[in-house]
Amino acid sequence: MLEAELVNRTLSVAMRTGADFAEVFAEDRRSSSAILDDGRVEEVVSGRDRGAGIRVVVGETTGFAHTADLSETGLAAAAGAAAAAARQSGGARRVVEVSSLEVPRPLTVRVPPEDVPKSTKVALLTAADAAARSTGSAITQVSARYGDGRRRILVADSDGLFTSDDQVRTLFSVSCVASGDTGMQTGRESAGRTAGFELFDLYDVEEMARRAARRALTKLTARPAPSGEMPVVVGPGGGGVLFHEACGHGLEADLVAKSASAFAGRIGERVAAPTVTLVDDGTMAGEWGHYGIDDEGKPAARNVLISDGVLTDYMWDRLRARKEGRASSGNGRRQSYQHLPMVRMTNTYIENGDADPDDIVADTPHGVYVAQLGGGQVNTATGDFVFGMTEAYLIENGEITAPIREGNLIGNGPEVLTRIDALGNDFAMGSPGTCGKDGQGVPVGDGTPTLRVTALTVGGTAA
Amino acid sequence: MSQSLLEIAQRVVGWAGHGIDVDAFVAHERETEVRAYGGEVESLTAAAAQGIGIRVVHQGRQGFAYAATLDDDTVRETFDEALDNSRFGSVDEFAGVAEPDGVEPESLDLYRSELVEFRTEDKVALALELERVTLAADPRVTGVESAEYADSVYESAVATSRGVAATARETGCYLAAFSLATERDDTQTGFGFSVGRHPGELSAETAGTDAATRATRLLGAAKAPSRRLTVVLDPYVTARLLGIVGATLSGEAVLKGRSLFADRMNEVVGASSLTLVDDATDPDAFTASAIDAEGLATRCIPLITDGVLQSFLYDTYTARRAGVSSTGSAVRGGFKGTPGVGAHALSLTPGTRSQDEIVAGIDDGLLVQGVTGLHSGVNAVSGDFSVGAEGLRIRGGETAEPVREVTIASTIQRLLLDVAEVGSDLEWLPMSAAGVTLAIADVTMSGT
Repeated sequence: MLEAELVNRTLSVAMRTGADFAEVFAEDRRSSSAILDDGRVEEVVSGRDRGAGIRVVVGETTGFAHTADLSETGLAAAAGAAAAAARQSGGARRVVEVSSLEVPRPLTVRVPPEDVPKSTKVALLTAADAAARSTGSAITQVSARYGDGRRRILVADSDGLFTSDDQVRTLFSVSCVASGDTGMQTGRESAGRTAGFELFDLYDVEEMARRAARRALTKLTARPAPSGEMPVVVGPGGGGVLFHEACGHGLEADLVAKSASAFAGRIGERVAAPTVTLVDDGTMAGEWGHYGIDDEGKPAARNVLISDGVLTDYMWDRLRARKEGRASSGNGRRQSYQHLPMVRMTNTYIENGDADPDDIVADTPHGVYVAQLGGGQVNTATGDFVFGMTEAYLIENGEITAPIREGNLIGNGPEVLTRIDALGNDFAMGSPGTCGKDGQGVPVGDGTPTLRVTALTVGGTAA
Repeated sequence: MSQSLLEIAQRVVGWAGHGIDVDAFVAHERETEVRAYGGEVESLTAAAAQGIGIRVVHQGRQGFAYAATLDDDTVRETFDEALDNSRFGSVDEFAGVAEPDGVEPESLDLYRSELVEFRTEDKVALALELERVTLAADPRVTGVESAEYADSVYESAVATSRGVAATARETGCYLAAFSLATERDDTQTGFGFSVGRHPGELSAETAGTDAATRATRLLGAAKAPSRRLTVVLDPYVTARLLGIVGATLSGEAVLKGRSLFADRMNEVVGASSLTLVDDATDPDAFTASAIDAEGLATRCIPLITDGVLQSFLYDTYTARRAGVSSTGSAVRGGFKGTPGVGAHALSLTPGTRSQDEIVAGIDDGLLVQGVTGLHSGVNAVSGDFSVGAEGLRIRGGETAEPVREVTIASTIQRLLLDVAEVGSDLEWLPMSAAGVTLAIADVTMSGT
């Protein structure tokens, strides 16, 4: 993307007035998408986004500038701006020799999406539309979206790092509206991988469409969700969002350092039931949160955060790790070259337990079974978090019974971790997600086996 | 700059051949962001970004492409790509670009040279002052998670092959603080902000003390027993609710069978105290704009008047399909976004009483200071509404103990009908809706 010599000269400009650290992050992103709605292929879109972000650290201050101009002049201007920005505090002057260093990584893409004709991508949409509508006349609206993106990045810094990655992701989703006497309901299904068009060897878009449609149809007979604290069983895959919110964000070292985490200062303590082992793993090939290197050039890693209920580590980016005199855990990510990196999750999951999932339900006299979750939000400082249920049922006398309407559940992360009293042996990854933090969105994956929380507040309206 | 953006847009539009319609949207933004932490500048970002989004409609088929650079070759490639993409769209007789509709854009002055001339060191000083003020506001404020100054100088141009040519430019800035308050084992958080078109309109004092008050008044908060009660939404919460209501009134949702209110025109959908307008021509609105994302004049659209549904929002495409005129409600998420329909600047007509006066009239309620999970527990199609909430209980006309880890739930339809009172404290917030205190009866609070 950029010649090593040009990068070296840019770093020299960034370091010229004295800095502790300088970095060039260049990115070339091509994306394509197609959207079907209301029976029509409405939009076929292509995009090109290319530029570089330059970071200069002086003392405690980070200066940052970005540019879409990748010429020598453009890069030098950005480097100068970042350096000037960093000089808001006085810092030590340091001279660094920049050398080249390649970090190898395996490329996992079998069918590059750019080689697939647009007509083939569009055909997926029409197939999904037809399949969803064939499920029943109560399906009154269908939308489907195909998207792919190729993101090539280059990271070089004043510590001599010079490395690159080529990240390809492909995504498909379908949403349905069902209409009946009780009004309208929606159902959604999505699949995405850090992979090429071979995504569709694993996922049948017609089957996805039928599942989304059935989800909407089922909810036409749903009753209002209950209100109040009760046992909650979360099906395989879905619980990942729960952990992402309940503790994932709270284990990000930047928030911990600012005491904005309920898990600050708790390394080595028992924070969860002893069956719980929580892992963040950017190396899971093909998963939505997978990459070769993070956006600071550090190879992705498998990091155990909670081991048998004991908090073992936080997640780290370069800046935080540097302050603590340790290595980054490969969790420094950014939305694009226009953003500063920060600590982010990759694929976050709970390892299998040994319970039979059927027994977990049978062993629950009364509660709620959540089959699909729809995102969440957390206040890391207090630990309070919500997550939405987009497909859920009552559990009555140990059986999954009536569907219930959508709503949020609310809990407190540190409390909920200690209330997990059953973990199934049916681990699955959940749906691809976009995690938002500080205005930046990055792709993340998550997974869990079936699990039960002894008490969570269900935010419905029924008594 | 505006002239040259418009020149780029018009050059692209000039490439439209026979039977081809084109619209081009070109934007340029310069921004600065300063974050203070621990009495120092944590980060300072200075950047400019620009790009173009091109829509092509050929024989009723639509294609779109964007690029984040404006060099001649890239712009030409982007046009070609959009044209190629159009081959794969479905034929739609209503597809097309905006035509001049005779409505003159208001002359809004949203650009302040004071901001453009404001020096970086003064921006840094504001961010540092914000952190200082927040920390000093209350001894229980033990940290400031973030104290930020941000500004933007934004210019855009839109042209269509049917003769639309429009430009806009605006400045905006804000201060935002996020505080941590601690007492014994309890930690609570609060935010505060101050917005303006130029830094002279900002108040670090307001942002900092709001952040401190919001955090400290929640100290000691506990989960509360479930019950039905009246909720009083803080202005910020109301603004976020209005954003959801606005989505249900988009002409696109109506045409595609996704609006709760599709068949309810001229019917009562809200309490008689509820009057909702979308008015981007109000210069006080943070998101004010004289033109919409297709280059047509924005206008004041009465959506709900005294509880009666009066209008939906339309862009060029949805208006054609519905057989009406565009309401100037085209929106797009920057140059990368395809144009769609949405509200620009929603506001409720304020009532006569302050928040304190409204609270004084409520025997059993919850003053809702913050909500979470609007994206995960609210469904604008089904109307199901369930969000995490924190705030203060209201007992006997006074605010009482703080409450956290509860949800409030109803349906969007019921919430509008159950509006008990709109406050007098209208304020524009950094979003596409104004805040105002809003009391809503008979909402389910779920807790223990």
